[in-house]
Amino acid sequence: MKILIVDDFSTMRRIIKNLLRDLGYGNVDEADDGNKALPMLKAGAYEFLITDWNMPGMTGIELLKNVRADPNLVTLPVLMVTAEQKREQIVEAAEAGVNGYIVKPFTATTLKEKIDKIFERINATKI
Amino acid sequence: MEQNEAVDYQVARLNLARDLVSALEQDRHDDADIILLNMAGLRESYLFQELGKLTRELHEALKNFMLDDRIASMAVEDIPDARVRLERVIDMTDQSATRTLNAVEAALPLCASLIEVSGVLAMEWNRFIKKEMKPEEFKEFGKRVGGYFSSGNNDIVSVETHLKDILMAQDFQDLTGQIIKKVIKLVDEVEKNLVNLIKLAGGKRAPTAAEKSKEDELAGPQVPGLESSTAVKGQDEVDALLASFGF
Repeated sequence: MKILIVDDFSTMRRIIKNLLRDLGYGNVDEADDGNKALPMLKAGAYEFLITDWNMPGMTGIELLKNVRADPNLVTLPVLMVTAEQKREQIVEAAEAGVNGYIVKPFTATTLKEKIDKIFERINATKI
Repeated sequence: MEQNEAVDYQVARLNLARDLVSALEQDRHDDADIILLNMAGLRESYLFQELGKLTRELHEALKNFMLDDRIASMAVEDIPDARVRLERVIDMTDQSATRTLNAVEAALPLCASLIEVSGVLAMEWNRFIKKEMKPEEFKEFGKRVGGYFSSGNNDIVSVETHLKDILMAQDFQDLTGQIIKKVIKLVDEVEKNLVNLIKLAGGKRAPTAAEKSKEDELAGPQVPGLESSTAVKGQDEVDALLASFGF
């Protein structure tokens, strides 16, 4: 599975990348904000997007909205991993079509659980 | 404008004075009394006008001096908030460094013992290859190799756990970075407002700095003691909230 991680902090990208490798996902690319990520998503066959919210340039919520507005990306699973934890923000992300939401700091177990849940739900709707 | 008012005032006084002289010369004492009253009234109204002007100027000056409410709110709220935020950064870096050092200190002895045992076994293995090992010695060697495989495997798994812990401990960099960025933004704003204040004191007030709309800003990591009233307490509350959306 080809995954794109979007976060402006390279340490966080590395942490997520290492956790994903541990979970068996080795095909991972990185971008440091939505402006860089969006063309990559449009060009490459990504199957999963993990994005931060607060980034300079295009934020994660804007990226999510752009993804959902693109007919080719409308069904792309998106997991938000962010320090933003106000209720109205979580609701906004849900309404914008996010598939999972993790607040930082998080654990390896939480990441695994949320990813598993996202793909369980997607596979269930396919059948 | 002000000069015109002053000239008008002088002209009016002069005219009244001339009328007064002619009234007195013509023995019109009642008229003279009225003119004297008018002169006093004229002086009073001029003084009131001047006083009103001064009051307005003072009011404007005080208003400008406050440079909108931002400086006040920065001093009362944002600077103390920044202090709490920076203390949070110290705590988080301290926790992360402690977590990392604990993991390293736990993993290093495991590595040392693995290095030592595997070194000894390698030497004995060489003796076996060179056929220098007696059959009874080989039996013991075999036991030690078996022991190494089981305990060594446990040790390696522990080392891996500690390494993962070190990996996760690095999440502080992202979170403290976000907090520090907010404080830098505040310092930037304080600087701009101070420059404005200096310009004002020098009589050259710069156009008011663009009012900051705090609402556009993202909340970022919650800092203990400064939590937003609408912030969730952790992942469990996120999950509960999203459950209502069918997640």
